[in-house]
Amino acid sequence: MQFNSFSDFINMGGYGFYVWLSFGTAALILTALLISSKAGHQQIIDQIAKRKQREDKLRQARELRKQQNVQQKTELNEVTE
Amino acid sequence: MWKWLHPYANPEVSYHLTNRLLPWLSAFSAIFLSIGLVWALLFAPADYQQGHSFRIFYIHVPAASLSMGIYVSMAIAAFSSLVWQLKLADASAAAMAPVGAAFTAIALITGAAWGKPMWGTWWIWDARLTSELILLFLYLGVIALHNAFEDKNLAGKAAGILTLVGVVNIPIIKYSVEWWNTLHQGSTVSKLGKPSMSLDMLWPFIFCFIGFSFLVALIICLRFRNEILARNSIRPWVRELVKKHNS
Repeated sequence: MQFNSFSDFINMGGYGFYVWLSFGTAALILTALLISSKAGHQQIIDQIAKRKQREDKLRQARELRKQQNVQQKTELNEVTE
Repeated sequence: MWKWLHPYANPEVSYHLTNRLLPWLSAFSAIFLSIGLVWALLFAPADYQQGHSFRIFYIHVPAASLSMGIYVSMAIAAFSSLVWQLKLADASAAAMAPVGAAFTAIALITGAAWGKPMWGTWWIWDARLTSELILLFLYLGVIALHNAFEDKNLAGKAAGILTLVGVVNIPIIKYSVEWWNTLHQGSTVSKLGKPSMSLDMLWPFIFCFIGFSFLVALIICLRFRNEILARNSIRPWVRELVKKHNS
């Protein structure tokens, strides 16, 4: 152990401000990067799920329209006959 | 020999590989970093000239050398993507760029905080500092290019070319302290032969360096797995995975 007391440790022989500035910013930058990288996984999964929902909705609407077209056509055919 | 690598060109296989690696990388980086940092802050002896400000060394030097190491691996990935059209190499290069930028920023900030008490100035436009600042701008340019195009293949190509052009900066950073007269001191650790450092200062450095390397691998793996999902979002295996994850 290089320090006699806790305040000695914080003081770092007069260089406390510079030492803790270095360790602090490094810790801050790395934690922020780590957390955002980890959170990105769930974000991307949510995005893909949302896109899939939209695609499903579009597909349903297309199929509904197709059915309606077929119905209209058969009705028209019946009228002309 | 290449047959062994071939399955890893499959995004699904790589995704599951990174998932399996993550807990190991987290554990190793936590162990090495906690031992290394406690040792560096509490038990390593103070430098006879620089006193306790020397402890900044244990973050500054690993960050600086990793900032260059990440750039070289990003350049290798960019090269294999441009030459062999490996899509996963693009994804890995995109995953590495923000990590490299973060470590370059840490190297610059800790360097400034070390320079102020030792040299009397936060910043000086000398060769080592300026070339490291250019490295930060290169990383930021690569990140910007990766995000500038909707088409990820095109983005990868543009960012890859910038990455390869920027490789010229790496030997300039490495040898700047020998080629020019600078305020920055020469290397103490990576000298050929015996490092000019006492062992009770060198050991905590080795632990810190290994710990930071594992942390880099961990963050790159996390980002790489995100990139794989984003780039393969229409594939059935991703759709299946999303369904399983959200149910």
